Amino acid sequence: MFKKDLSASPRQKLKSSIQRHIRQSVLTTYPLLTPFIDDVMPKKASLEQMKLPDRVSLYVCDNQPLFFQHDTDALLPHLKLVHRFPQCFPTIRIDRGAIRFVLSGATLMAPGLTSKGGRLPEPNAREGKEPIGEGAPNEGADEEGRWSRELEKGEPVVVMAEGKEEAAAVGILVMGTKEIKEKGKGPVMEETHFLGDGLWNLSLD
Amino acid sequence: MADVAPNPGRSVIYCGVCTLPPEYCEYGGTNKKCQEWLEKSHPELYQRIWSVEALEAATASLSVEAQERAAKDAKKKAAKAKAAEEKQAEKLSNSVVTIKRIERNKRKYVTSVSGLEAFGLELKKVAKDFGKKFATGSSVTKTPSGGEEIVVQGDVSDEIEEFLLEKYKEIPEDNIELVEDKKKKGAAAG
Repeated sequence: MFKKDLSASPRQKLKSSIQRHIRQSVLTTYPLLTPFIDDVMPKKASLEQMKLPDRVSLYVCDNQPLFFQHDTDALLPHLKLVHRFPQCFPTIRIDRGAIRFVLSGATLMAPGLTSKGGRLPEPNAREGKEPIGEGAPNEGADEEGRWSRELEKGEPVVVMAEGKEEAAAVGILVMGTKEIKEKGKGPVMEETHFLGDGLWNLSLD
Repeated sequence: MADVAPNPGRSVIYCGVCTLPPEYCEYGGTNKKCQEWLEKSHPELYQRIWSVEALEAATASLSVEAQERAAKDAKKKAAKAKAAEEKQAEKLSNSVVTIKRIERNKRKYVTSVSGLEAFGLELKKVAKDFGKKFATGSSVTKTPSGGEEIVVQGDVSDEIEEFLLEKYKEIPEDNIELVEDKKKKGAAAG
């Protein structure tokens, strides 16, 4: 989605009612972020909105990019935010061979996930573990990087990579993870924001 | 994922060359430079990512064929990045900042500065700086030929040259050109 470089546009401060609204929708989309929401969006700091081409808006707080949103789709976290709170977003993992394609903006395809280096969610991977914080549902990734719940079509998801610690991309699933396992081919994710794309390189100062 | 930090979240080191997290530098096209940077500024990270064992472990899982392909791809990308860089450098050395003194009325001048955008400067911000520095009106205007230039009120051409050299070190002195333009109204009327 952000293959081309973007140029910064003026930012507007958002009304506090809208800020509250965004905060609420962040929490509904990412319940795992509940314990950290005050760190992500401090109550005092004002949230700003930057309008980008193609009806994308980026929410910025204290010069930190937080979320971006296309039209009225789901809010997606900026990768810098993902790097700060990696445990708060559902993840899938791609194998090493797929990294370079994803980082040049290709659509994520199923084989990159179903192969040996890829990781798809595995229910019950998290039995007997505690939730990461108060108010957060009990789900997360196991040591191998398998998320503990099957993800549905249309859910936002963070893409990790084999052998790497940091996330490589975020996007919306166009195929449920269950279906991916069954089918094993076809596109999996769209609307991606990946490392080194225009949004990543957008300077905010 | 193991280091679940408390509040402000984890802070991730980003490469100073390609801005990616260092472990992804190999996909950025400026691999060489990134490695040098990392070795200098974060030696421990460098050890972890670029040490021989780490590289071996990383490539072991790929088939030989895939490795070859990846290497070829990386090479191509690096070459591309290098070519782009060279082109950019050449463009930079060829581009000239023109400071033009234009007579507006008898003994009244405006100074127009064009060509700054080639050095990656934002005209709007520079114009503001000029205005502050010289306490005069300063604005970005469109030229008939399609580009944009900064117009500063008053004859400040020499001062602008000095100011540019001092503030924006990336502009070489030889690339600044002072021009005087006398016509405008005088020429049109006479």
